[in-house]
Amino acid sequence: MIETISLGRDFKVRGTLVPAVRDLSFRVGAGEFVGCLGPNGAGKSTTIKMLTGILTPTHGRALVAGLDPTRQRKALARRIGVVFGQRTTLWWDLPLRDSFELVRLLYKVDRNRFRQRLAELTEVLELAPFLRTPVRQLSLGQRMRGDITAALLHDPEVLVLDEPTIGLDVVAKAEVRSFLARLNAERGTTVLLTTHDLGDIERLCRRVLLIDHGRLAFDGSVAELRALVPGQESIEDVVAHLYLSSTPAAPRTPRRTPDADPPTVTA
Amino acid sequence: MAAFVLYLRLFQYGFRRHSTYLAAALAGAFTNTVFGVLRAYVLIALWEARPGLAGYTLAEAVTFCFLTQAFIGPMQVFGRGLSFGDRIRSGDIAFDLVRPAPLLAWSLAEDLGRAAYLTLARSLPPTIIGAALFTMVAPVSPWFPLSFALGVVVSFGWRYLVTLTSCWTTDDRGIHTLSALLTMFFSGMVLPLGLFPGWLRTVAEALPFAAMVQVPADVWLGAEPPLQALGFQLLWAVALMGLGALLTVAARRKVVVQGG
Repeated sequence: MIETISLGRDFKVRGTLVPAVRDLSFRVGAGEFVGCLGPNGAGKSTTIKMLTGILTPTHGRALVAGLDPTRQRKALARRIGVVFGQRTTLWWDLPLRDSFELVRLLYKVDRNRFRQRLAELTEVLELAPFLRTPVRQLSLGQRMRGDITAALLHDPEVLVLDEPTIGLDVVAKAEVRSFLARLNAERGTTVLLTTHDLGDIERLCRRVLLIDHGRLAFDGSVAELRALVPGQESIEDVVAHLYLSSTPAAPRTPRRTPDADPPTVTA
Repeated sequence: MAAFVLYLRLFQYGFRRHSTYLAAALAGAFTNTVFGVLRAYVLIALWEARPGLAGYTLAEAVTFCFLTQAFIGPMQVFGRGLSFGDRIRSGDIAFDLVRPAPLLAWSLAEDLGRAAYLTLARSLPPTIIGAALFTMVAPVSPWFPLSFALGVVVSFGWRYLVTLTSCWTTDDRGIHTLSALLTMFFSGMVLPLGLFPGWLRTVAEALPFAAMVQVPADVWLGAEPPLQALGFQLLWAVALMGLGALLTVAARRKVVVQGG
């Protein structure tokens, strides 16, 4: 469903090219739930932006739902949902319901399907009490539920979330998590999320990608991730250890298939 | 059809978004009217000393004054950029770029909604009060509404370009100040362009800013052949938006979405 081949992006900073993402190759199959970890500045968001057609890669290529995100951005937009935890897609001054209506028109969702989908999402995400509230008056948790709804109204095959639980309280976090788990299990939606919250990873992701210094440093299950640093009790300590011990590593060949073979590590 | 409904909704949204800030609109209308009265007295003194200046009679000069005051809101003569400028700075623009609709088209629809609301809230009051207090000239040409609308579109085209430059210049205050200065001076807002000397007048009358204020005011006054005036406005509207479309493509390739 998602495939990258030697994907890379350089940024020009005061005349010199700084690579944000380098030689990133991985593959996410349909129906997978994949979490993307990495220290700040590791290149997670840059990767997400390249996968969603916001940034053009400077090296390699990506395929999402069989489409090239840069060249087929519009076609892709109709097939993926995107949520950025620190951003909002909603219209600030409009009631939530009106933002959804605009999203419906933007994505050309059939009116009946829209009604049905919104009713479902309203029930599951408990949007009813604030559907008529202007977005600027919503709490962060409410707004996030609104943003997730907006990303799912056109029933995308792939949902990409960049730090969806950032700033949310425990209850709101739990609600968002259980919703995402259900979405993945019941509708088979492929989910790729980035996070700093290891609770997201432990509770949701069957597979973890660790991005460090713009490269793929680990690809495997949570259990395999734990096994990397023996003797550490909590997953927080495991990840902290990996972040601290990492150095800009030499290019490496990550595994291509999501199953079977053992995890590769360059941490 | 679906696209039409979308743009109609965006237009309504632009209208409604601004109508939420009623107090701001009323304060704007009040200020525009008061400054209109002040400017009218200055112009009256000027035209009594030099009758027929810039080819206007006294009543035409006063009409010009209140019309230009009425254009401040819809044409954003003080050079305020479009609302997505904030979204470029905050990085929310990421979403606008993911959407399967052209940024230019939907920000135009939204901006026309804004202009429609500000026409009611900030253009009518100064015009009506001006007409009540002073002798003004009634509109000569039936083409005025179209010329007014084209003025708004040219203003949009210009502000779209100005706003989009934020994609290249992390901080956009400089370019906005420059835009405000250029728009105010070269649109005819400060003084009718007919008062500018020689070459400066020729240049000013050829720039897009003239299409925002001077030209629609002249269409009202019947001071310019309407079709020529509309042609000039249309040319700039098409040129600026064409440039805007090109720049959007470049921005999409180049954009560095700020933060996170």
